[in-house]
Amino acid sequence: MANMNLYSRGDKWFVIANMVLVGLFTIATLYPFLYIAAVSFSSGFAAAAGTVVLTPVNFTIAAYERVLSEPEFWRSYANTFIYTFGGTAVSLLIIIPGAYALSRPQLIGRRFWNLFVAFTMWFNAGLIPFFLNMRDLGLLDSYFGIIIGFALNAFNIILLRNFFESIPSSFEEAARMDGANEFQVLWKVYVPLSKPAIATITLFCIVARWNGFFWAMVLLQSEDKIPLQVYLRQLIAELSDDEEFTSTLISAAYSVETVTAAIIVCSIIPVLLIYPWVQKYFNKGILLGGVKE
Amino acid sequence: MSQQEHIGPSTEELVVEAREALRDRARRRAARLGDHFKREWQIYVLLLPTILWFALFLYKPMYGLQIAFKDYSIFRGIDGSPWIGFEHFRTLFENDQFLRAIRNTVIISFFTLLFGFPAPIILALMFNEILSQTYKRAAQTIVYLPHFISTVIIAGIVITAFSPSAGIVNTVLEWLGMDPVYFLTKPEWFRPIFIGSGIWQEAGFQSIVYLAAIAGVNPSLYESAVVDGASRWQMVWKVTLPSILPTIIIMLIIRIGNLLEVGFELIILLYQPATYETADVINTFIYRQGLQQGQYDLAAAAGLFNAVVAFVLVMTANTISKRVSRTSLW
Repeated sequence: MANMNLYSRGDKWFVIANMVLVGLFTIATLYPFLYIAAVSFSSGFAAAAGTVVLTPVNFTIAAYERVLSEPEFWRSYANTFIYTFGGTAVSLLIIIPGAYALSRPQLIGRRFWNLFVAFTMWFNAGLIPFFLNMRDLGLLDSYFGIIIGFALNAFNIILLRNFFESIPSSFEEAARMDGANEFQVLWKVYVPLSKPAIATITLFCIVARWNGFFWAMVLLQSEDKIPLQVYLRQLIAELSDDEEFTSTLISAAYSVETVTAAIIVCSIIPVLLIYPWVQKYFNKGILLGGVKE
Repeated sequence: MSQQEHIGPSTEELVVEAREALRDRARRRAARLGDHFKREWQIYVLLLPTILWFALFLYKPMYGLQIAFKDYSIFRGIDGSPWIGFEHFRTLFENDQFLRAIRNTVIISFFTLLFGFPAPIILALMFNEILSQTYKRAAQTIVYLPHFISTVIIAGIVITAFSPSAGIVNTVLEWLGMDPVYFLTKPEWFRPIFIGSGIWQEAGFQSIVYLAAIAGVNPSLYESAVVDGASRWQMVWKVTLPSILPTIIIMLIIRIGNLLEVGFELIILLYQPATYETADVINTFIYRQGLQQGQYDLAAAAGLFNAVVAFVLVMTANTISKRVSRTSLW
């Protein structure tokens, strides 16, 4: 494929035009990030005047100094870590055993239990009953409510159950001979063999938790419990709601625009840090396992 | 002598016998079940947290859905509130805002499908035609990235970029000698901005499915196309595209099944009263009526309507998919 001489002149143009188009789309994807990064390092005045295009204008780290000196920023950042890692751990502790049980042929009512889980993909009570239920359970405004209330979904369980089902039972026979019980078979045979699938689900959980904002916004009232995304939303609401008002409040060093941009950058950095690991998995095509049951 | 001796056991005796047999079978079955649970209890222990979670967080709210038919008050609770039949549904379908929300949901879904569905297919075909693996991998790494970025950040980027005084979009308009536009307050701009940012965020990641399908195309098809003197452009149209058509159809059916699932979180972050006219969808209507204004019963009715339509769509999509591909989606 690599030898260009194999192709006719028309094909060469086709290949080049295609490369250019892909390049343009890639740049269009990347540009907003570069733009936000440039805004975050620009002076408030330059950002508010709309002079930032690709590189910082009047380079300054004033916006970052402002962000990093806010105790609310650090608290919401810490909260996001609590929700992300606490939530993912709880999810895995329930999903792995549950998916394993649902994959066992000897489970009585296996069809029923699988349908019990899968049905929730097709029919959902909706926002209001879910909210009222959380309130009735006393899970409003609590760390625990956010962590447990969103621990599972049918998709992740079915994804892992399918993976467990695809493992030939010959793998567990030796363990059974040694008298291993179900817990041991799961932990010593199935979990090690399912590392890619478990990694995929872990990734889904982490991404969903890190990015989740809607229910955190609805369920949490205390300022000291909100995650980073909700804190960021409050800033953005300020930015979009009273544009006139804020634009008169420009300090020379930073503005609402540059501060928001700085928080966006701070929030993306952890995603970029785990991104190479994420890529390793979806390059193998493992994420596709979930498309079809 | 009575007749009974000739006939054998009396009816009563037969009944007793039958009862005993039944009891015996039940006892044996119970013993077998008992043995089963004694032997396999561990599986049920492993299953229990999952079942409890689904019951508590997804099925219990379904019970709470009955407030759609009740005059719900917080103090009386779900069970104590009086039934009022279809009153809320009547109110909803006389409410211009709700009708507008249905219309907006359908319009936004339709245009998202129209522009958003082909984008990842085209992208995958283009990636496949790139000869340099390094270039291809670099481009893929970048276009997958926005999928992993939160809705709030997407909204922040959109708001910053489209801001009237500071945003890059208006800076460019100014270069071109045009007047600045406050895009996010203009109803006619809401849908293009919303749908465009959706494509920007998801087209790259969604192309993975099609790239996987392309990877599965039989190489001998390309070889015979080369022998026939086909150009690369012709190969895209005559080999690659027809080969991934089944995947395209499946994905299309899934999308149609999820037609009502408009990304309402991004809408909540981007819309304002000035753009409700084109931006307000069913879920944002539910959010405002229910969670912001506390009209839980009315909002739950809107949610039930949404859920039932969505359920019918998904089931229809699955039936069609079974016919088309002989494999259901689940």
